[in-house]
Amino acid sequence: MADIAIRHRQGRFTLDAAFSLTQPWTVIFGPSGAGKTTLLRILAGLVEPTSGRVHLGGRTLLDTAANLSVPAGKRSIGFVTQQPALFPHFTARQNVAFGIRHLDCDQRAARVDEMLRLFGAESLADQPAPQLSGGERKRIALARALAPAPDLLLLDEPLAGLDDASARDILARLLSLQVSGQVRVVYVSHDLAEIWRLPAEVVCLETGRVTAVGPLQQVLAPHRDQLLQQLR
Amino acid sequence: MDLQALGLTLRLAATTTVVLFALGIPLAYWLASTRTRVRPLVEAITTLPILLPPTVLGFYLLILLGPRTAFGRVTAHLLGHPLAFSFSGLVVGSVLYSLPFAVQPLAAGFRSVDTALLEQARLLGAGRFRTLTSVLLPLSTHSLVAAAALCFTHTVGEFGVVLMIGGDIPGATRTLSIAIYDQVQEFSYAAANRTSLVLIGVAVLALVLLYAHRSTEEASRG
Repeated sequence: MADIAIRHRQGRFTLDAAFSLTQPWTVIFGPSGAGKTTLLRILAGLVEPTSGRVHLGGRTLLDTAANLSVPAGKRSIGFVTQQPALFPHFTARQNVAFGIRHLDCDQRAARVDEMLRLFGAESLADQPAPQLSGGERKRIALARALAPAPDLLLLDEPLAGLDDASARDILARLLSLQVSGQVRVVYVSHDLAEIWRLPAEVVCLETGRVTAVGPLQQVLAPHRDQLLQQLR
Repeated sequence: MDLQALGLTLRLAATTTVVLFALGIPLAYWLASTRTRVRPLVEAITTLPILLPPTVLGFYLLILLGPRTAFGRVTAHLLGHPLAFSFSGLVVGSVLYSLPFAVQPLAAGFRSVDTALLEQARLLGAGRFRTLTSVLLPLSTHSLVAAAALCFTHTVGEFGVVLMIGGDIPGATRTLSIAIYDQVQEFSYAAANRTSLVLIGVAVLALVLLYAHRSTEEASRG
């Protein structure tokens, strides 16, 4: 369970969002400029909001009234953005191992192998990051974000720019996390076709405000025509 | 050819470069990452030696390091000799004089690293030191090479500051550029020519190494 209440002013734009994460998967859905990425960056601890509170699994990560903000690296949050931002001077394996330096050598190697296997990227382990394709980079970025076993995984349009086969495969592998109940996922998208079949709760965000919350297919039913148009 | 002066010059340039890296890397990292209002002031102070006449910097350092100031008296007491007119004094002067040649390329290199990489390092639990050593420095090798080449060659060719702080003591403070000055004063133009060619050679070699490194880096990026 996680409770989020954020207010953030950035020039003329105001993000004012309050909602709970009650399901393993929550989709933040909304058009470009709705404040989805800003919301994720605030949750991750990369942006300090004007005011707000974030409670996650019994921990208070942010409470501006109490002048409390847990640093990004101590929030137990993984964040994968549209651009995978792999460290270009590392191999895929070294990228995945970056956040688990606290583990001893054997445990670290085992965890890296486990994460690479999870995303079907075992054969990429020793490839330098710049030599990976777009889809391969996404797999490694996801493996890297999940390696430290975060409580929450933030995904900002993680399938954008991928071909259909890669996108479907990566999504299926992400959904297997839900089956094993390992991590809570917040998934940001503006692509209705991409999220339509996700077993998730949806939070609709428009111009910085939450306009609807509930089971995904129920809340987004009014947008079905738009989806059908996209599919045609 | 004054081999003693050559040895002293190379020792001074190497020591200055090492000290400048030790001071310049943290300072450049701070300048590249801070948003504090005093940053422009600190940037201006670190860049000042580029604009100041070397004799002005040398004059004030001579006063600071001499027995007229508390700093000069304390360092003389601690070291057992005054900093002025000593090799250590030359290092202090060279470090201050070449500071911008270390800090500017390093800060520019750190600023050019994609902030998304730094954010990922933060999210994955890396503190400032690990971000510096694991992400920023490996991705700024060209800036490190540039800073090293500039600091080394700038110190090798230094004249005004060295003359003001160190004078012209053979084996202690007489560098190659001072030796050239002495040779010209003695009308030994052939000797001055040979010494000058050595300085030109050092500068050309440093620049060739710098550009060769950049070409290798560009080729490896494809």
